[in-house]
Amino acid sequence: MNSIPTFSSMTPEAGLKKAMELSRPDIIAEISASNLKGRGGAGFPTGVKWNFAASAHADRKYIVCNADEGEPGTFKDRVILQEYADLVFEGMTIAAKAVGAKEGILFLRGEYTYLRPHLEAVLQRRREAKLLGPEVLGAVFPFDIRIFMGAGAYICGEETALIECIEGFRGEPRNRPPFPVNTGFLGRPSVVNNVETLAWAACILQRGADWFKSHGTEKSTGIKIFSVSGDCEKPGIYEFPLGISVLELLKKVGGEHARAVQIGGASGLCVPASEFHRAIAFEDIPTGGSVIVFGPQRDMLEVLHNFLEFFVDESCGQCTPCRLGNRKLLEGVEMLQAGTCSMTYLRELCALGESMQLASKCGLGQSSPSAFLSVVKHFRDELMGRVTLPTHG
Amino acid sequence: MLMTERDRLAKEIKALADRLGHNRTSLVPMLQEVKRKYHRLDSYAMQVIADEVGIHPVEVHSVASFYAFLGDHQQGKFVIRLCRTISCDMRDKDRVARQLENDLNITFGQTTPDGKFTLEWANCMGMCDQGPALLVNNHVFTKVTPEQVHEILEECRSAFGQHAMERKEVHLA
Repeated sequence: MNSIPTFSSMTPEAGLKKAMELSRPDIIAEISASNLKGRGGAGFPTGVKWNFAASAHADRKYIVCNADEGEPGTFKDRVILQEYADLVFEGMTIAAKAVGAKEGILFLRGEYTYLRPHLEAVLQRRREAKLLGPEVLGAVFPFDIRIFMGAGAYICGEETALIECIEGFRGEPRNRPPFPVNTGFLGRPSVVNNVETLAWAACILQRGADWFKSHGTEKSTGIKIFSVSGDCEKPGIYEFPLGISVLELLKKVGGEHARAVQIGGASGLCVPASEFHRAIAFEDIPTGGSVIVFGPQRDMLEVLHNFLEFFVDESCGQCTPCRLGNRKLLEGVEMLQAGTCSMTYLRELCALGESMQLASKCGLGQSSPSAFLSVVKHFRDELMGRVTLPTHG
Repeated sequence: MLMTERDRLAKEIKALADRLGHNRTSLVPMLQEVKRKYHRLDSYAMQVIADEVGIHPVEVHSVASFYAFLGDHQQGKFVIRLCRTISCDMRDKDRVARQLENDLNITFGQTTPDGKFTLEWANCMGMCDQGPALLVNNHVFTKVTPEQVHEILEECRSAFGQHAMERKEVHLA
């Protein structure tokens, strides 16, 4: 198994050993210098997050690994956990050393239950090798990791909803601030990082911030793992430096004839062929790694219908813009499909989408209209005035 | 439910709470365990769990009803969840869905009268490069074709039940 060459080239536990020699501020300084940004999609600087948690005063702190990978088209975390679980746990241990946590929790989505036996075996092996336990690598540093299974809710990928779930509540996002780095699991400072982020943190400690910064762009440093699916010749896992153009990526995966590409999953942007020169980076098109390729034959309205059904189903229902907004957008797409939507109403739907981006409580409702808005913007001429054939459907 | 069954269930939940802890953070793992074993979370089970955790049963119901993998509806021994999200959708998941309905003689959301199979939709299950994908309990099947549906169902039927299924590694190429 060798899906991610850079991860495969790492020396096991070299990053952790390095971290054990460093002081806590020095570990955080190295991560901050690398400018590593959250790989789950939101792109918050990891060094800043660790620093907040490190400087918070509390009797207990937690490191939570967010493996609730649910964004449509994303499967990199599954592959990382299957093939490089040690690197992720090493990253969690480094984070624990940096912020002063004694307990780590891997939040694994329910759909990935089949990964659990493997992950438990890896954790057990690490305990036996003294990489976890009361004295990690013989130092006065106790740290252990347990696995918490999710129960089938996309919203739990949002960090505060994830914490609610572990605490035994409905996965409804909290208001932020306070952020989990101050008031997280059981009210204690908690670092919630994506699987890939933690793996990169281990790599950075091993190879240094300068190595990491030698890849990518100035604002989006490093390499990113991409999950590619849809109408292309070679779907699968890829690693590319951030800043790669959409076209370059499509050439690598055999999808250059695409009419559009969805970047960032259902909550991301739909990029038409005319904009394939744009860069995949936090400063242009941000992504958690999902790339879904749409070939020339695809009907963008069917794509939108699928996305909006997803959001209607996965909205936690807590705030009105998201609960009702996604439903109205879905009805709008059905009207467009039936050819009964006026231009005035379509404009109203777009205004509704923009209101949702502003007024929703969490990232789900803030980003769910993105696909709708970008498809309406770029494919408007093929959306209006549809004539439905009586034989269809 | 017979009294003896109730007593047994209550005893098991109490043992579970002793192991996981009588606090709210054990709630989701307890619900998962009861659902796995009994294929449903009825009001009696939720009442016992509420007593063990020290909260109102409505709180338990509120949590259980939130999560797709919990919920109070009765499920079959084999829960088949077919991914309906975009990448699997573009790989003809509708044909697999139709064949599942044909071979089981139920529609999505239903359970077969013999209590063996439940058919449900799943949202993206992270197998987007190998769709259409489906889960049978915790086992993932990828690149499923309509012809393979019968084979998958037969594998379930030939297993003695959920526990036999769980030990078996099934992964069609």
